Amino acid sequence: MIVLFYNRKTKNRISTAWMLIAITFVIILPFILGAGLYYKSSMLFEQNSLGDLLFSKVWKPSIGKFGFLTFIMGSVWVTFIAMLISAPICIFAALSITQYSRKFYLRIIHPVIDILAGLPSVVYGVWGIIVVVPFISNVIAPIFGAQTMGYSILAGAIVLSVMIIPFILNILIEIFRTIPIELTEASLSLGATKWETIKYVLVKKAVPGIIASIGFGLARAFGETMAVLMVVGNMIQIPKNVFDAGYPLPALIANNYGEMLSIPKYDSALMFAALILFVVVMVFNALMRMLIVRYDKY
Amino acid sequence: MIKKIEEIFFRSLMLISNMLILFVLALILFSIFKKGLSALNWEMLTQRPHGGYYYGKEGGVLNAIVGSLYLSIGATFLATIIGVPVALFMNVYLVKQRKILNFIRFLLDLIWGVPSIVYGAFGFTLMVFLGIKTSLLAGIITVTLFILPIMIRACDEILKTSPLGLLEASLSLGSTKTETSFRVVLMQSFSGIVTAILLSFGRAIGDAASVLFTAGYTDSIPTSLNEPAATLPLSIFFQLSSPVPEVQNRAYASAVILIVIILIISLLSRALSKKYHKNRI
Repeated sequence: MIVLFYNRKTKNRISTAWMLIAITFVIILPFILGAGLYYKSSMLFEQNSLGDLLFSKVWKPSIGKFGFLTFIMGSVWVTFIAMLISAPICIFAALSITQYSRKFYLRIIHPVIDILAGLPSVVYGVWGIIVVVPFISNVIAPIFGAQTMGYSILAGAIVLSVMIIPFILNILIEIFRTIPIELTEASLSLGATKWETIKYVLVKKAVPGIIASIGFGLARAFGETMAVLMVVGNMIQIPKNVFDAGYPLPALIANNYGEMLSIPKYDSALMFAALILFVVVMVFNALMRMLIVRYDKY
Repeated sequence: MIKKIEEIFFRSLMLISNMLILFVLALILFSIFKKGLSALNWEMLTQRPHGGYYYGKEGGVLNAIVGSLYLSIGATFLATIIGVPVALFMNVYLVKQRKILNFIRFLLDLIWGVPSIVYGAFGFTLMVFLGIKTSLLAGIITVTLFILPIMIRACDEILKTSPLGLLEASLSLGSTKTETSFRVVLMQSFSGIVTAILLSFGRAIGDAASVLFTAGYTDSIPTSLNEPAATLPLSIFFQLSSPVPEVQNRAYASAVILIVIILIISLLSRALSKKYHKNRI
């Protein structure tokens, strides 16, 4: 009996210790990530100032000049246009799913959203090459009188917008569902129509949540790699319109890992690109999270 | 009257948005299956690439299928033995410490959003630091880091719903916190946890950016952790960049294989989560 008791206690101690180790590891993980990337990219600061790195267009790895502006602009263009496409679609879809849809339709749309969310990014890339790229070069570009092979900012943005739809949509559905039903019922009982209730009560109440969901989507889109890389064209230039090819930051990292060790400091430059992504995404997510927390309090 | 028109206008926008989402999924599946099914055959599934495979000669992508499975099973296993205890710790040991708990959830949400390419770059740094080559092991470590926050957050969401009374009843009967964690709280939400693990597995098998630097690529099937391993997403990516049409068609076929694997995982977890909702108190 005593031995048994002893065993249980030992077991408890070992497992508690393991849990503590694991949770400590998880808590310091973001700091290790940041520190590791910073350490590897710090060599870059010897020759280039931070301002030069972020705002210079000169990209000449062979003479040690690393200006990331072209790549940052590539990322900004693709992300921004993707959000323009997917934000309205997500808001309208989330409204109809939470306010108007019948049970029967929910049983279809929820698995659809889940499958879209689960498809790997390379699959979206393949779809982009088969469908989106030819569609742009054969249909959309001629309408605007532009000439393009189709591998363009617009192709990247369309593929990206489809990828982040399930992500934003899930957050929005969650947000609309947590708004107390009494609020909408009160509005309806005062004689407002369904649409008036949605416009003046539901959406008004959800504004911080809607902003946050779009912010999370932005952060998500900013770091997406493979799918964008496959359709965006990858030419080192600052895009002037949506039919130009671009070169976003993640694509820069993914495309050049092969040559990384052959040019001095090139590996530091790629790690710096990863560091930019890391910082932007973390800051964005932190801000949005705080927005939601604050709005929950009221 | 204007009100009525406004409502109709916005209702139709909602309808269009919904239709677009359904249409896009159908279009993705249809276009890839249409291109891929014609090139998909038994050989693709059961053979490694032979000499000249990348010029259109015979062979298959067995190396990538097996490599992907090894990698994701390894990473999911590691993430489970780290992640599930963390989620249990949060919901059994820390359940009363709201502030600490909120802080941990906040941190987890932050790293949850870090893009996989950043994990890839970090994994590479780690590899250089530890002095290991591109290998299955390096890939597994990187992917583990990548899916760990996803798994913990998913498990946490499930465990959060387990009633406090259950926990207190178990503790008051004299069980240790470990027994309460693993025999009561975990068992209560078991199918939910399995769903979370499957979700992470799906993430692991579909991600390409994090293994690009770390797992390498090879035409043979890895026999030890120190050998490089091919993965399905990367194999699709490489085959697609070939100028030879036959090889491109095989890329589409490989995409079909990947989609089918993902769909099976999704179906399994759907069935399990139904069971979970039925059984919980």
